[in-house]
This record gives sequence, structure tokens and C-alpha cells, in this order.
Amino acid sequence: MRAVVAALLRKELRVELRTFESIPAMTLFSVTTYVLFHFGLQQNQVSSSLASGVLWVTLLFAAVLGINRLFVADAEQGGFDGFLLSPADRGALLVAKGAALFLYLTVVEVISVPAFALLLLEPSLGAAMPGLLAVLALVNLGVAAIGTLVGALAVRTRSRDLLGPLLSLPLLVPVVIGAALLTTPLFSTPVRAMPLHWLVILALYDLVFAVIAFALFDFLLED
Amino acid sequence: MAAAIELNGVTRRYGERLALAEVTLTLEEGRTLAVLGPNGAGKTTLLRLLATLLRPHGGETRVLGHALPEESWAVRGRIGLLGHEPLLYRELTARENLAYHAALHGVDAATVERLLGAVALERRADEPLRTLSRGMVQRAAVCRALLHDPPLLLLDEPRANLDPTASELVEPLIGRGSGRTRVIVSHDPAGALAEADLVLGLVRGRVALLAPADQLDRAALAELYR
Amino acid sequence: MYGKRLRGLALTTTALLTLTLVAVFFWAPNDATLGFLQKIFYIHVPLAIITLSGFIAGGVMAIQHLRSGDSRWDLRSYVAIHISLVFGVGVLITGSIWARAAWGHWWVWSEPTLVSFLLVMLLYATYQPLRFAIEDPERQARAASVFAIVAGVFVPICFTIVRLSTAYVHPRTLDDVSGNLPGRMQVVFWLSLASVALLWLLLWRYEMTSKNASAQLRRLRQLLSEDDELPPPLRRSAAPSVGAPEMVGR
Repeated sequence: MRAVVAALLRKELRVELRTFESIPAMTLFSVTTYVLFHFGLQQNQVSSSLASGVLWVTLLFAAVLGINRLFVADAEQGGFDGFLLSPADRGALLVAKGAALFLYLTVVEVISVPAFALLLLEPSLGAAMPGLLAVLALVNLGVAAIGTLVGALAVRTRSRDLLGPLLSLPLLVPVVIGAALLTTPLFSTPVRAMPLHWLVILALYDLVFAVIAFALFDFLLED
Repeated sequence: MAAAIELNGVTRRYGERLALAEVTLTLEEGRTLAVLGPNGAGKTTLLRLLATLLRPHGGETRVLGHALPEESWAVRGRIGLLGHEPLLYRELTARENLAYHAALHGVDAATVERLLGAVALERRADEPLRTLSRGMVQRAAVCRALLHDPPLLLLDEPRANLDPTASELVEPLIGRGSGRTRVIVSHDPAGALAEADLVLGLVRGRVALLAPADQLDRAALAELYR
Repeated sequence: MYGKRLRGLALTTTALLTLTLVAVFFWAPNDATLGFLQKIFYIHVPLAIITLSGFIAGGVMAIQHLRSGDSRWDLRSYVAIHISLVFGVGVLITGSIWARAAWGHWWVWSEPTLVSFLLVMLLYATYQPLRFAIEDPERQARAASVFAIVAGVFVPICFTIVRLSTAYVHPRTLDDVSGNLPGRMQVVFWLSLASVALLWLLLWRYEMTSKNASAQLRRLRQLLSEDDELPPPLRRSAAPSVGAPEMVGR
């Protein structure tokens, strides 16, 4: 299983590096959205709950772009059939796709979060960093689990570009709730303590959807 | 001789429409079955069903001694499917594509090189597939279908994109000389007949013709395409 | 063979609903603070409970579908979610009126049940478009079942998380509504819950019967037509096609 996941992930990253279909679009989208928020909110700087909201909603919409693209190459170039013809465990595809999405999000955030701090965030990012990293990791995990499942569900429909976001956004609302509550005190001056139990709630939510995705993924692959 | 494929009253629906209706046939190991019929006759459906990509809805299906769909896990990895689509990623090179499939099947890298050599693709093996001609992509697809040395080949117009030279190159791999059991779907009755031991004619999902190739009634064959 | 016990169920439901309405308007005492408008509570809360139970039932039926591969479970799941969606619109409207009566606004974000309900409805609103967008009936059924299970699990989680977050942001404006009711109100509430549940069941059975009957009709027409295939219906639909697994008379 490990060798298969590695091969799938290598293939995934290679295709992304050759086409640049996901990561650059997601990054550019998030930065553009910060600019839009600047004009939409008519604020040069945001802090506290407003900053949390801007950051998480932006990252989530950027993630949806990635979710929409996640399985397109496989659906269009026979990747599903090629995989299904092999004796490899189907769970490996879920794990590899989830890992790829997690990686894409991480790379996007490496650029997008500093850009947010530079463009809009009023308090400095330094003190908030350790907590923010933990929240980012949990958010990415949740998006990866839900996104892989929804991506596989939406990709072989006629209106996948519409269904992807429509299906994933409601499922991701609890992630936004948790992330926003967690980072609001981090983005305040002075920095306040995070409500740590929300880290646990967020982790549990991720876990539940990872388990569901694992249980149901097989049914989405068959023809 | 053992039977590689045994179908007994196999049915597959697409919604209300019957794509395959009560197909019954036996194909022995090492033999070649030609599947003929007009467009929409259910030829591709039959091939995908044998490849475990579609579930049968009724009847008994046994492939390589295993019942489908219950034991499809045992059949996967022992069949080579070569259809209209190469099932390869256009952005990856032939070598990368094959290495990926080799990992899925647990096959070593030497096999990839040997097959690339066999279809004379080594020179272009490091260019992305999207830059290769249809014929070269098809040769890479032949490698993909044969990586794991499958005893059963499912071929959908395997030579459609190949010029005579390439066709000759792949002959020892997918031709009669390969010693594999083969199912060939074709729009070219004459070509398929030359290779086949058994001929199946499908019309609207039903068996219209099933006969050994040497006892074939030419009139019945012509009737298929009416 | 179709709709045999439907008449009995329909009559019982009508009787119980009438009784409930009479009890709500003439027997239950007026609420001390909200007055007459509080009576919408007897419709809103049972409607919400039944809607959510229906969604979860749809998820359970979807599990049955994926386990057995029997497309009849997909039909059951579809009908359950369909009826619950209709009920759900009623919940949002009555909830909005309730919010207006209790807090003076048509929408209040501090009421976690109302907010959670909106989220759940936003998710389930994509159920029909999802079905509609997949042509292959079998794949449509499987994708719909995956959706129904995911969404069914989402329902309780969503309510928990929204409630936890509201408790964190706002103090609760109203105590648990169904918990500490005076005697008569309690009785009317349970009566209303029972009759809404019966209404849901009646509608579910009714739609199931109608779907099965039209499938049967189509099968019979198929048999009557000498040609072996009827043309497919012109209008596509998000409803599962009740295929022809067991052809009549075969």
C-alpha cells in the first residue's frame, strides 16, 4: 500500500508541476481576494474577528478551486480506469489525493498567509504564529478529507464546476466556525489565548470525515 | 483445456435499456474471441464487464476461473485492457506513465525498459505523451496493458492507430503468437476473422451469431450489420 | 397491490392532524410572554424534528442501498430526503415567524437550532442537482447514497458545533424550548409531534406508491409493445429511475 500511495502521489505532483493547474491559481485567487476585501470592507487594516473571517473565507474559496481540479485529469484521461484495472487497494487513491490536496493547501498558505499579514492584518503575525500553524494544519486536514470525497463525487457529473463548491462549502462551515473562533484572539492586540478546546473539536471533525471518506470512497470509483 | 471466460445468461442494463441481454459463451484458454457488431451493440460494454470495470446485473460471469463481481479482486491485475483510450496521463512521459503503472501492479522497472524496447519507443520515452503521435501513444498503451504479463487480453480495435510497421512490432505482444487468451472487439470483420477462433456477433445487446471462425456462415455475418 | 393500506393511514393522519390543530388553538393555554403567536411552536418544533429524522432516515436507507446494491433502497432514501426537503422549507418559514415573534427579527443568528437548520438545508439543497447531473442511473444512485450518508452524519455534528460556538459567542437567549413546558403544553406538543410524523410517513408512502406504480405501468407498456424497447422518457428527472429488474410476466 505504501509503495502504491507513493507512486500515486509522485504522479499527482508531477502532473501538477507540469501543468500548474492548481497551486498558482489558488494562490493568485487568494491574494486577489484580499485586495477585494480591502475595497469591499473599505479598511486598510483588519484585526480580531474581522481578520479571522477574511482569512478563512478566502482560504476556503481558494481550496474549493483545488477541490474542483483534483480529479479532473483522472476523469478526462482514463486515470480512474487505469487505476481500477490494477490490483492496488482503492484506499490508496484516497490517501494519495488527500495528501496531494493537503500539500497544495500548505504551499498556497506559505505565500497567502504572509500576503494577508502584509496587506491587511493589523497586529503582527509573530506572536500568533505557533497557534496559527496548528489551526492551519487542522483546517488543511479537514479540507483534504472533505475535498477528496466531494471532488470524487462531483468530478463525474455534468456540472462539476458548480457541484464541487455547492457540496463542499456547507460541509466546510464547521471548519470555518472552529478556525475563526480559534484565530480571533490571535489576531487581537494584545494577543489573547486561543479557546483550546476548539482545536479538539476541529480535530474530531477532521477525523469523522476522514473515516467517512475512507468508508465511502470505493463506491464513487466504480462505473 | 480450462475455460478463460465463461458467460451464462449475462445481462447488463443501462437504466431501462439492456446493453447486454443473456449472453452465453465459453472461451477456452489460449483462444481468441472476435466480437463483432454494429455501433451500440454492446461490444464495449462486454469488454468493460470482463475487465471488472462494470458489474454484471444478471447471469453468471467467470473470468480466469473467478466469479464476477464477487471475486473481481482476483481478476484485476491479470487482465490487460487496450481500448480506444490509452489510459495514460498526457503530461507524463511514456516512461513515467509506465513506471506509475508498474508500481500499481508491483512490477519492476526492468520490465518497463524491456517493453519500451519491444515497441521501439525508447528514443521518445522521455517526452510527454501529448507531444507524441497517436500511433506512438498507442504503442505506450500496449506496454501499459502488458506490464504485468496478463494471461487474458481485452482488445478494442487494438491496431486502429498503428501503421503497418508498428502493427508488426506489437504482433508478438498482442497477436496470436503471444500465447494469451484474447478478446478482440473490431469493426473490421475480415481482419478480426483472420485472427479469431470463435466469433461472437452482437446486435442490440443480444447474441446474433456465435460460431467457430472456420465454420462461419458469411451470410449471417453480413446480416449483423443490416 | 399498490396503496393498499394508504387509505387507512390517510384517514388516521387527517383525524390526528385535525385533533392537533383543535388542541393547539382551543385547548393549549396562551403563553404568558409570547401570547397567541407562541402557538406556532407546536408546528415549528415537531416539523423540525421530523425533517431532521427524515434526513437521517434517508442516510440509513442509503447505507442499506450501498450494502445490498438494491436500487429500491435508493428510491426509499430519495423519497425520504425529498419529503424532508419540503418539510424543511416549512421549518425555515415557521422558524422565521417564531423568531420575529420572540425576538422581533425575522432572523436571529443567536438561535443555534435555526442557524444549524439553515446549514443543513443548504447542504441538502444540492441533493437533487447532484442526482440530476449524473446520467448513468446506477452511478447516480451510488453517488446520491454517498451524499445521503455524508449529509446524514453532518446533521447531528452540525447542530453540536453550531450550538457549541453560539454558547461561546452569545449567552443563550432562550432555554431549551421543548424541555420545561407546563403540563397541557407538553401534551399538545407530543400530540403534534405524532401527527407530523404520521403526515411525513403518509407522504413518504404516497410518493413511494406513485413511483412504484408508474414504474410498473412502464414495464407493462414495455411488455405490450412488440418492439423490445420503449423510447426513454423525454424529460430527465432527478428522481431515481426505477429500472426494470424484474420484468413482469417473465
